[in-house]
Amino acid sequence: MKKNILIFGLVGLFLVACGPVDLNAPIPTFETGVDPNSWVKVPAGEFYSGQHEHIESTTAYEIMVTNVTVNQYADFLNAALADGSIKFVDNEIVGFYPGDEFHGYEHEEEIRAGDWIFIPVDDPSQRVKFDGETFTPQSGYENHPMTMVSWFGAWGYCGYYGTRLPTEMEWEKAARGTDTRPFPWGEEIARENANFYSSRDPFEDMSNFGSRTSPVGFYNGKKYGDFQTLDSVSPYGLYDMAGNVWQWTGNVYEDMHYRFMRGGSKDTYEIDLRVWVRNNATPTYFSPGVGFRCVR
Amino acid sequence: MEFIKTRFNYLFGSTKGLILVAVAMIAIITAVWGMLSGPMAEMGVREVVVKTLGMDLVQAEREGRIIILYHSIAMAIIAIEVYMITSLLKMKPFFKIAINILITVGYITTMIFGMGFAYFGHNWAFHGLYIAGLTLIFFTGVLLVIALWPWNPEYYIEDEEYSRTKKGLNLERTAFFATAVTTVLSALFGAVPGSFYGNGFETFLAENIIRMPHKTVLEYSIIGHLHIMLALIAIMLTLIVGRWLNFRGIWHKLAMPLMILGTIVLNLGVWGVVTPLQPIAHMIIYVGATPSMLAALFLLIWSWGMLIRTGTAHLEKPTFGQKLSALVRDPLKFGPTWQMLFMNFTTSGIGIFMAVRLDEIFRVWPAREERIELTGHWHVLSAIIATIILMYYGDMIGLKGKIRQWYGWGLIVLSDIAFGAVTVFEMKRLFITEAEQQPLVNRLMYLMDFGLATLLLLLAIVLFWRLIDLFKSKGRWTEETDQELAEEVMQ
Repeated sequence: MKKNILIFGLVGLFLVACGPVDLNAPIPTFETGVDPNSWVKVPAGEFYSGQHEHIESTTAYEIMVTNVTVNQYADFLNAALADGSIKFVDNEIVGFYPGDEFHGYEHEEEIRAGDWIFIPVDDPSQRVKFDGETFTPQSGYENHPMTMVSWFGAWGYCGYYGTRLPTEMEWEKAARGTDTRPFPWGEEIARENANFYSSRDPFEDMSNFGSRTSPVGFYNGKKYGDFQTLDSVSPYGLYDMAGNVWQWTGNVYEDMHYRFMRGGSKDTYEIDLRVWVRNNATPTYFSPGVGFRCVR
Repeated sequence: MEFIKTRFNYLFGSTKGLILVAVAMIAIITAVWGMLSGPMAEMGVREVVVKTLGMDLVQAEREGRIIILYHSIAMAIIAIEVYMITSLLKMKPFFKIAINILITVGYITTMIFGMGFAYFGHNWAFHGLYIAGLTLIFFTGVLLVIALWPWNPEYYIEDEEYSRTKKGLNLERTAFFATAVTTVLSALFGAVPGSFYGNGFETFLAENIIRMPHKTVLEYSIIGHLHIMLALIAIMLTLIVGRWLNFRGIWHKLAMPLMILGTIVLNLGVWGVVTPLQPIAHMIIYVGATPSMLAALFLLIWSWGMLIRTGTAHLEKPTFGQKLSALVRDPLKFGPTWQMLFMNFTTSGIGIFMAVRLDEIFRVWPAREERIELTGHWHVLSAIIATIILMYYGDMIGLKGKIRQWYGWGLIVLSDIAFGAVTVFEMKRLFITEAEQQPLVNRLMYLMDFGLATLLLLLAIVLFWRLIDLFKSKGRWTEETDQELAEEVMQ
């Protein structure tokens, strides 16, 4: 009996011994040389979509080379707050969304026209800081992808600049090009290709805060300190189309309110980085592992 | 030559030998393929295993590979259950021999050629043999149904201690029969879509399409199949444990009709997902699951009572401590029903909680989180089934004294540490944010790895001991060659 008490005691101690996580631990800063304001053109035409290589097609469009950065999103928030496009309510930034058609299908939740959360302001993982008047990027995170942003917040950002979120097909074509590769850069994945769970990049500490985002365009073949990356650009010249952060896509599907994400993230194993893998969540969901980019 | 012949006869001609082979096959698959994912992959072990064994892992084929892996392991588990049934229940010798031969050839063919096809290039002859193996197992199921036919007066019973009708129909045998029939029919719900998807169509894992509002009939069929097969394996194992422990008396009389009813209704609910009944299928499943779980509870109540009674028979007025001590004295007899109880915390309870709060909690989270919960949930159930089988195996090979205690308690404690950690891991979002979870995740991973790795080590020691034993001319295997489980049922 004493032995059992000892065992259970040790197990209990083991569990409660989890130290607090320092969400603001210093982060290494690197300049990747990739311009987050740049766009590339994806031509109209067919491509292989999905795991089973269905032939789909898109019209021509331009897509951002990188995910929207914390810096870019802070600029948007300042501009949109100033002109009244968004509001600060109960420690959240909210903005108007015109709502979706609702059919009351099983598990479907109604998305009504009205103000919906763009970002939480007081969450400790939020990398855009608000002093009551101005939004500023947290130091060290300026060129990291904007996270802790809901689908509405991503939709609102793109719409504000006359752009939109990519459809799933547009996202996939931009990531894969016109062949059947599973990853944007080719057939196989190595730790130096992308930021994924336990990929041992300079930003993670698996004993404390775990994986963190990497600057956009980080995996471009450059060496950062001791860390040599592989150039992991997609066939059309996009970065971070696998790993770092899940990316919201724009489709609103009938009979469900879920919004889809692509690309895998710093928090997922490499299987989720395959170009056809889908994830989804309610449009109000935000996380340190979800970001977005726009198309036009 | 005689050396090989006698060992071959033991391994493939006796119940205990057949079970040993299947346990060893599963252990090898689990040990090797367990290194391809999770923490082992993180540590770089996967690359070494893939290169060393010359595996060919095409990214787009992962889902198909996993389906074959699951089936390979599941067929061996089913084979073990079938060996136990043919050794525990009365049946004509022809059926016993035919069933054991067919299922052995079936699961070994399935495992070797299925895994060969999935992980070592695509030799389509291997795929054909994999299907042939599965087909043999299906045919074995049909034979088992015939062999278990309970309305043969030869199998009627008169003993009032057991659940029976007035005419003497053995309701426990009927429960075995009902479970076997529904298992064979439910296998079709996988075989039909499996034939479609297996022919180069779009293979998928059910956990990846959970949130799609519109599913095809074949997709529903797959989802129903995977749920019910695991449930049926668990139900069959509950019946086997009952027979091993010689479940009888009032609780037996109450449990067996419930087991029959629950099995049939549960299956009707699952089959209903491919019919217009789909919207109410879940309700039918709940209605069916309730009597099945009640029957398992009755087995637990009876077996714990029996262990306490027999353990304190020499005492006039046993104290609570003495009763508790008697209950846990033999971990191999206490363990199976304890694991069934523990399952309610790690599997059934979680499943019910998820179903009740699905839209409010679980479907607010990303699909990936829900996937973790679902896969964790049924991995734990599968592993609990495996531990119960290993407990029975430990008993049937005659582990005694300290070895029995270490083996039994090792199985219980190590597996429950791992399963408890998996359960907390699945539910972690209820109490910790993504940003703050890493230290907790690390500790849970250590617990899971410690539990499972040590458990596998324990199993490896037992298997190594059995391997050494095979080289002895008068080893334990010589005694086991003719032993039948029915002879060893507790009196």
